[in-house]
Amino acid sequence: MQRGASPFNIVSVALGLAFLYLPITILVIYSFNASRLVTVWGGWSLAWYRELLNDVAVLQAAWISLRVAAFSATAATVLGTLAAVALVRLGLFRGRLLFSGLSLLLLFVALNVDRGFWTITIAHTTLTMCFVTVIVQSRLIGFDRSLEEAAMDLGCPPLKTFLTITLPLIAPAIAAGWMLAFTLSLDDLVIASFTTGPGATTLPIRIYSEVRLGVKPEINAVCTIMIAAVAAGTIVASLITKGGVARRERAALGAQV
Amino acid sequence: MQESLQKRNWSGRAVLLLPYLWLVVFFLTPFVIVFKISLSQTTMAQPPYLPVFDLSTGWAGLREFAAQLSPDSFRLLFTDLIYLLSYLKSLQVAAISTIILLLIGYPFAYGIARAPRGWQPLLVMAVVLPFWTSFLIRVYAWINILQRDGLLNDVLMRLHIVDAPVSWLSSDTAIYIGMIYSYLPFMVLPLYAALEKMDETLLEAAADLGCPRWKTFWVVVVPLSLPGAAAGALLCFIPIVGEFVIPDLLGGSETLMIGQTLWNEFFANRDWPVASAIAVTLLVLLLVPMLFYERLQQRSLEGGR
Repeated sequence: MQRGASPFNIVSVALGLAFLYLPITILVIYSFNASRLVTVWGGWSLAWYRELLNDVAVLQAAWISLRVAAFSATAATVLGTLAAVALVRLGLFRGRLLFSGLSLLLLFVALNVDRGFWTITIAHTTLTMCFVTVIVQSRLIGFDRSLEEAAMDLGCPPLKTFLTITLPLIAPAIAAGWMLAFTLSLDDLVIASFTTGPGATTLPIRIYSEVRLGVKPEINAVCTIMIAAVAAGTIVASLITKGGVARRERAALGAQV
Repeated sequence: MQESLQKRNWSGRAVLLLPYLWLVVFFLTPFVIVFKISLSQTTMAQPPYLPVFDLSTGWAGLREFAAQLSPDSFRLLFTDLIYLLSYLKSLQVAAISTIILLLIGYPFAYGIARAPRGWQPLLVMAVVLPFWTSFLIRVYAWINILQRDGLLNDVLMRLHIVDAPVSWLSSDTAIYIGMIYSYLPFMVLPLYAALEKMDETLLEAAADLGCPRWKTFWVVVVPLSLPGAAAGALLCFIPIVGEFVIPDLLGGSETLMIGQTLWNEFFANRDWPVASAIAVTLLVLLLVPMLFYERLQQRSLEGGR
């Protein structure tokens, strides 16, 4: 690409970024608004955060969401990594999947199981393992096979080769995949709505039912906390992977999924 | 390579097959069930459809079961105008959103691709970061802005552009704003990827031969970025057709998008066969752009290696 940005280039990037960040910034600012009305600025206040700490329903929903996300991300990472290895090394099963929450719900109805925590977890595992596969796959493709072959030639058994050579080398991609699976699970409303049962309300389901009734400053506070957590997680992740891998993987994912 | 494959023992292979087993159980089987229910009839029972598959009745039961299946739900989809309008509305929203996304995303991606090398990862990160935050939160952020006593009306009235508050929410405008906001990263990233790997010498050659900058852009840059544009367009179009949250929170209630219709049939009307038929039809409808995208991806993978 020809270097040197024209004024038009600079303006379009600036406008694009403003469009992406302005709504989120406004939301964060309003979460500190002392007034209940959105248009009236009543000064800075932490009142909505205090109210949030007393809201048992939201806290419970958040706890369920975090647990579902942790379980499903871990399962999805294991399955997704295995699928990526199978895909790259054995050339198995090309092609991707389309996923529908409806179909899983109907499976659970057909199996006549109690819907709730575990059915959401299974649904999220199935959804997110494909994303993990894509990320790990891109790392495996650009990976020097001669290291593995050298180990095998020197008599290292396949499983040990995988654990001591392959796994450490693809670890950053696996970590990035886990984080993506975790955030996707934390974010999902539609599939969770279809696969949940009484008693297992995740945070997005809770937020959605509140949001349908209109804007509440308390919801702004929940959202701000989630944004802060995601921003912190992303920064930590990019520090861990020294800023390169996760970003590339994410970009590769954006181009592939 | 061949030898190392041979060395892999069978238990190793079995472990690698585990994810596929998982997908057969939790992806393929449910899909078959959806298809079956789409051919069933609604009834006031639990589960709310007939016939119910029962293995204990043996071969005769199976034949009776097959005889009871009928494409009634599908016939309803094509005769009742509500469903047809819903599909058309979804396709219309997806098509218009994708065009606007291309128009906004292209200069954005082009600007990032022309930024100094050191800045580019940072700018890409800035595009991706909002994408990590919750989808629901990003849609909700717009309710803050678009509602009747929201920020947008406040600003417009202070600037005396409008005299009375405009109702932005519950309109198609709000749906489009939500779609474009949520899907912009999906458009910018593939476009950037295509623009970034473009060979600089081509542009220099064009300039050396006296081609003006705008003409170079149309004759060289745009054709070379077409695969990226196509990938971005499909990446936006496919999920927008089935989108539920955005039209539900930002849109009005006159014409529903197909995702909303499915949701209503399922949760409000408890008409599982029709809901399943909608899902199956939607899948068939989206199969064409999905296969197209798959082909595109395959080609770029082969070209890249």
